[in-house]
Amino acid sequence: MSAIESHRDDLASKTGMWLFLFTEMLLFGGLFIVYSVYRYLNPTAFHLAAEELSVVIGTVNTIILLVSSATVAMSITAVQKRNKKLAVALLIITILLGLVFLVNKYFEWGHHIREHIYPGSNVLALRGHGDVMFYGLYFFMTGLHALHIIVGLILILIISVSVLKEKINSEDYVFHENGGLYWHLVDLIWIFLFPLFYLIT
Amino acid sequence: MENEHNHIVPYKTFLLILAGLITLTLISVILTQISLGTLTVAIALLIAGVKSFYVLRYFMHLKFETRLFSFATFGAILLLVAILLITLLDYIYR
Repeated sequence: MSAIESHRDDLASKTGMWLFLFTEMLLFGGLFIVYSVYRYLNPTAFHLAAEELSVVIGTVNTIILLVSSATVAMSITAVQKRNKKLAVALLIITILLGLVFLVNKYFEWGHHIREHIYPGSNVLALRGHGDVMFYGLYFFMTGLHALHIIVGLILILIISVSVLKEKINSEDYVFHENGGLYWHLVDLIWIFLFPLFYLIT
Repeated sequence: MENEHNHIVPYKTFLLILAGLITLTLISVILTQISLGTLTVAIALLIAGVKSFYVLRYFMHLKFETRLFSFATFGAILLLVAILLITLLDYIYR
């Protein structure tokens, strides 16, 4: 291929993506540090509050995100092997799984909010400082994560359309890879959110 | 041209990694439901660490990319762990 046809630098694109992912890791990392400090200061409140979260929904959502990460990764293999149908099918499965994750979150949050547990609620304030901190961090961190899921879903939708239109093809798929990286990062963050909020009680 | 990075990871690799990750998730759920006291936190975080290693290495292709990405990722993680430890030491020995 001549230099005139190709003005891309895939390595540079991926380097840029990774640098962005590091800032994301530090953003959530900072929140994990806040969580650790307040957990250390309020061990009993965090212990009791964490027991109110549903381990079943948490586990199901973890598995959903893991499967969706695998489907994105496999869709890249499909593009490389010029299997457009399979690539699009895998991407659509990913989008559906992401939506199921969000629906589960909706029910989870809805359950808490019906019981008047949300940031700024008087009922929650009466339960003490530790509970306020736990649920404040819970809503903020899972909420920020859910926002990332929504952004990831939009990216994967764009990728699906690009694969269909063959803008992403076996010769040029760095956008697909970068979108995949973003989705995996969202999965990576959940891998730590899940034990910290649901399991360690 | 510069964009030759055609390492194709077989579907099977991803499926095997996925199976491993789901197994680890279930193990961590089971282990934390049994009361292990202070060990619970360590076990849950250790399993999360192992899971993220595999996500980074296979799903995020670090194994097949230039080593620079792996080093940079390691650096970012090291920075986070260092800040976490220093912060916690401050609170514990205050």
